[in-house]
Amino acid sequence: MAILEVKNINKSFGKTEVLKGVSFSLEEGQVLSIIGSSGSGKTTLLRCINFLETADSGKITVDGDVLFDSDSTEKMTAKQKRDKQLSIGLVFQQFNLFPQYDVLGNVTLAPKLRAKERPDFKKNKAEIYKEIEEKAMKLLAQMGLADKVHNYPCQLSGGQQQRVSIARAMALEPKILFFDEPTSALDPELTGEILKVIRELAETNMTMVIVTHEMNFAKEVSDYIVFMDQGVIAEEGKAEDIILNPQTERLKAFLNKVNDK
Amino acid sequence: MSFGVINGELLKGFFENVELFTITLLFALPLGLIIAFGSMSKVTVIRGATKSFVWVIRGTPLMLQLFAVMYVPGFVFGWQIPGDNPRMTAAAIAFVINYACYFSEIYRGGIESIPKGQYEAGQVLGMTKTQTFFKVVLLQVVKNIVPPMSNEFMTLIKDTALARVIGVVDIIMTAGSFSARGIIWPLFYTALFFLVFCGLMTVIFGRIEKKLDYFHS
Ligand SMILES: Nc1ncnc2c1ncn2[C@@H]1O[C@H](COP(=O)(O)OP(=O)(O)OP(=O)(O)O)[C@@H](O)[C@H]1O
Ligand SMILES: [Mg+2]
Repeated sequence: MAILEVKNINKSFGKTEVLKGVSFSLEEGQVLSIIGSSGSGKTTLLRCINFLETADSGKITVDGDVLFDSDSTEKMTAKQKRDKQLSIGLVFQQFNLFPQYDVLGNVTLAPKLRAKERPDFKKNKAEIYKEIEEKAMKLLAQMGLADKVHNYPCQLSGGQQQRVSIARAMALEPKILFFDEPTSALDPELTGEILKVIRELAETNMTMVIVTHEMNFAKEVSDYIVFMDQGVIAEEGKAEDIILNPQTERLKAFLNKVNDK
Repeated sequence: MSFGVINGELLKGFFENVELFTITLLFALPLGLIIAFGSMSKVTVIRGATKSFVWVIRGTPLMLQLFAVMYVPGFVFGWQIPGDNPRMTAAAIAFVINYACYFSEIYRGGIESIPKGQYEAGQVLGMTKTQTFFKVVLLQVVKNIVPPMSNEFMTLIKDTALARVIGVVDIIMTAGSFSARGIIWPLFYTALFFLVFCGLMTVIFGRIEKKLDYFHS
């Protein structure tokens, strides 16, 4: 069974139809890249899946758990929504780190707040916090930031900040990790370190959905690629096929344009 | 009259200024926050009413507002401000309302300057709205509003001298009564009190700013 199933998502802002019936699915442990020209709706799609926008219609299922269903009349409580939110993680283009917390604080803040809801929190607080911190340290080491844990975001390079934000998302153990153009706010010479981290995550069989403009990276790291154009999926398939053997004129034109740059 | 006596009288007057300053901050700082939330409300009526109120208060002279609070209730409703110092009470009411409106604009600016991404990051990390506000947004707002607040505090201590128009015996009024008897220097000497007070505040706010200097948005 697919771990992520997105069915017939529609979304308009006022009169602008941004998503016009988008459907795709993803198996556990696989990496999906979403490519497409600016304004085609990639970010909006991720935001709909991550509850940052509400789709007008459609259905989203993660690991058999319905995150969103426009046909259902049941209203989710804020608490239910938050629980479901945690099954997915999102890495922002602009990092959105919390400036007043150091690196470790950024990674542990949400898990620590979350732990307060555990029934055994009062009794085992010190232990629970220690566990959270140890896990965060491990993640940060994995991101190559072991020596930066007590730095503040403003003291880090863009690439380092983005790695912190990846660790922050990973700390909540999401089933799927979403990235929205994780390298486009970075200087070209810093994109490599982020791509390397994502590549390493792919090797650990982390399920990921990546919006990216880096075609070579998409081809190399992903199993599948979805090409979006004007709010619909215009073509999808195995990564190599999409990049090396495009079928539709629209995808051919897009790839030509990207390669010219 | 000796310097000591005059100095003592002026100090007594300045206590009135400081009292008005303190009361105003005590009530206007929290009230301003409520007004700020009102002016950012999603409910059009609340937002409209709050913004109109802020517009009227910020758009009219504080001196007029002092007269209004002091005399309008008596003239219109035949109601007197109770207490043993009704003039100070009236001044405090006018100052609290006036400054709460100015503070509300500072709060609003501080809150609205926090990037949307901070709230969104809180949300995707499974934090509640309350947690996001108190654990993520608040300190950034505080950092943003310290410099404009410092300005308002300075203006406030000097504005308190205005309360003399409704008969609060502040330092300037005290000095004025000496001038009426031909002793002019106390009037200019009062500047020293304000200068020392503002100097002290500059130091305190400088400390706070420095304390919050460890992070940048
Ligand atoms: N909140 C919003 N209100 C109105 N229109 C919006 C909003 N968000 C996105 N749009 C519009 O939706 C369309 C798709 O935007 P989206 O950000 O999803 O594109 P994208 O594929 O991510 O583009 P890019 O590659 O530039 O990031 C655009 O035309 C955009 O102007
Ligand atoms: Mg986008």
